[in-house]
Amino acid sequence: MPNNKEKKPLLEVVDLKQHFPIEAGFIFKRQIGAVRAVDGITFTVNEGETLGIVGESGCGKSTTVRSIAQLYKPTAGSVIFDGLDLVNAPHEQMLDARKNIQMIFQDPYASLNPRMTVRTIIAEPLDIYRRRGMLDPSVTKESIENRVEDLMERVGLNRAFKNRYPHEFSGGQRQRIGIARALALNPKIILADEPVSALDVSIQSQILNLLHDLQDELGLTYVFIAHDLAVIEYISTRVAVMYLGKIMELSRSSNLYKNPLHPYTKALLSAAPIPDPVIERKRQRIILTGDVPSPNVERFGCYFYDRCPYRMEICKNNIPPMKRMNEHHEVACWLYE
Amino acid sequence: MSNGNSLKTYKNLLEVRDLRTHFKTDAGIVKAVDGISFTLNEGETIGIVGESGSGKSVTNLSIMRLIQSPPGKIVGGEIIFENKDILKLSQRELRHIRGNEISMIFQDPMTSLNPFLKISTQMVETIRLHQNISRKEALAKSIDMLKLVGIPAAEERIHNYPHQFSGGMRQRVMIGMALSCEAKILIADEPTTALDVTIQAQILELIQELAKKLNTAVILITHDLGVVAGMCDSVCVMYAGKIVEKAKTEKLYAHPAHPYTDGLIQSVPRLDKAHDGKLFSIKGQPPNVIDLPDCCPFHPRCHKVMEVCRHHYPPTKDLGDGHEVSCWLYIDKKEHPDA
Ligand SMILES: Nc1ncnc2c1ncn2[C@@H]1O[C@H](COP(=O)(O)OP(=O)(O)OP(=O)(O)O)[C@@H](O)[C@H]1O
Ligand SMILES: Nc1ncnc2c1ncn2[C@@H]1O[C@H](COP(=O)(O)OP(=O)(O)OP(=O)(O)O)[C@@H](O)[C@H]1O
Ligand code: SF4
Ligand SMILES: [Mg+2]
Ligand SMILES: [Mg+2]
Repeated sequence: MPNNKEKKPLLEVVDLKQHFPIEAGFIFKRQIGAVRAVDGITFTVNEGETLGIVGESGCGKSTTVRSIAQLYKPTAGSVIFDGLDLVNAPHEQMLDARKNIQMIFQDPYASLNPRMTVRTIIAEPLDIYRRRGMLDPSVTKESIENRVEDLMERVGLNRAFKNRYPHEFSGGQRQRIGIARALALNPKIILADEPVSALDVSIQSQILNLLHDLQDELGLTYVFIAHDLAVIEYISTRVAVMYLGKIMELSRSSNLYKNPLHPYTKALLSAAPIPDPVIERKRQRIILTGDVPSPNVERFGCYFYDRCPYRMEICKNNIPPMKRMNEHHEVACWLYE
Repeated sequence: MSNGNSLKTYKNLLEVRDLRTHFKTDAGIVKAVDGISFTLNEGETIGIVGESGSGKSVTNLSIMRLIQSPPGKIVGGEIIFENKDILKLSQRELRHIRGNEISMIFQDPMTSLNPFLKISTQMVETIRLHQNISRKEALAKSIDMLKLVGIPAAEERIHNYPHQFSGGMRQRVMIGMALSCEAKILIADEPTTALDVTIQAQILELIQELAKKLNTAVILITHDLGVVAGMCDSVCVMYAGKIVEKAKTEKLYAHPAHPYTDGLIQSVPRLDKAHDGKLFSIKGQPPNVIDLPDCCPFHPRCHKVMEVCRHHYPPTKDLGDGHEVSCWLYIDKKEHPDA
């Protein structure tokens, strides 16, 4: 992104928590604990940029974007979109703002209704908002039809396939259908939850390029989830590294590989294979021992403590605050205090 | 075989010659594997890469003779292991080979572990199937194996059920079981695809370390070019049921010959390189392997396609030092058939 343009946050997430209750008991359910899926995270996303979220399975990436999209009612914190706090806004107002927030999912099989034609799938968001009377009155049945065809063309699908069903398409094409649907309402921001993780390498690069072009053309803002660091680094302006529901490090994408600060980021980067045998064989790996611990317990120290190769006494019982190292780099680790 | 520049003399352990495995479906004959050949040397790790549906798993299920028939059938070829053709063995001889000589790790450890049986029961039974030892000895051996693959408190954890283990731990158990029989060949079909990168690094390190220690030859199936780069001595690139290129790993990455391999390597975003703007991308999508005409299966996506590519499958050309490619670009024009 050109940096002469003034950056203004389109989305602000402040101390967001999303806990899911764990219940026990057969007839009288009582809460015996909570899955702390997202446990207090703060970040902003500027207009026109891509914020990448990376981290291991279960660290809360999907929950984060689902909470932003108000699919769950957050346990605590706020989600401010375009000046409006979605968590506390009146329902109508929230729905209106939600038009501008769309999602793309990982599994193009599961996320598209198999009994709907491509046309119906892409037009559904338009149809829903039209029925609610929340679209401009100039939007008619015919204009929706045209819009669907334009969208198909734009994402690289032949408009002649309008009346086909999802199973008649390959994985990559299905992802294009999902993207067309997400674009239908002309959103400002797209939350993409692992949109390329299920695709083959050659198809993955097609979809990444498509998302890149759409951003340039339509001025879209993305929150993009992936567990593949190279993909995240390629697509993102800034990257948030998550672990156990917390953000460990937040950095400009180009700095992250060159200068990772958090021990977890370092381990993650060193574990990511690089497709070059000469480099790959010389690399020193930081092999983390053990598995990611359970998110079901409240933590009073650094969330990475159990697996951290550099842990110190202070880390055990004190949660490290997010510290700003420079304009583009923040890290939550006692090594930098 | 020559010794190359290393001191170790490589012995040719497994040789796959012109293997063909087809499936009969309502839509037609699926030529999942259609005439592939490769050699695995003692102690060598060979990678098989390719897109979804290119025939990687079917290749290896064929080596183990685990193709379900019908609908599948190995319709041609030879698989020579220790001077015998696996395709001609009796069921009894096969049982001996599976697990004792060649063992396999599957992609999803949950489907290959029985959820209703304790890990201990499963490991003991597997070991006793292949080795004539007592239950107690087998249990001790299993515990050692779990320790070897880094399961903490192995003496207690071995009595757990699979669901009490994390995905990474289950995969380590599978590797422990596969290696406990000290087979000569380990076939690992996407052993880390379902795992996180930090766990993947642990598992790959483990396979590499144990293979070296026990001098096991490994066939590693993956679609991750990064994993291949770090793990494999040589690589076979599969496309639509054929091996389109085969080379030593360094050679393949430094000088990919086939347009598909070249495109694939360039399509992967790289952490260690600055990038501006667009990624390279191969247009189109892989072909359906049903009733594929006699042509280069990559031609509709190839940016160097010639007329001959549309009508004839290219012969395999040896570029030297074990580097082979099947592409008309490497065949002298004079030898092209008239299109
Ligand atoms: N609806 C829910 N109810 C209860 N627990 C949930 C729910 N959704 C997610 N979780 C739990 O919250 C944690 C975070 O899950 P989440 O899906 O956000 O992770 P993720 O980072 O997206 O992982 P992955 O990479 O596997 O998609 C996990 O422990 C998960 O089991
Ligand atoms: N039982 C079966 N019946 C019909 N077709 C089959 C059967 N098993 C495999 N195939 C077909 O054989 C081809 C090769 O499949 P295979 O499983 O070997 O692919 P792969 O390269 O391992 O792919 P992936 O990366 O998705 O695991 C595919 O087109 C598949 O649909
Ligand atoms: S044979 Fe022809 S179409 Fe096939 S890869 Fe070579 S140049 Fe391309
Ligand atoms: Mg997720
Ligand atoms: Mg497979």
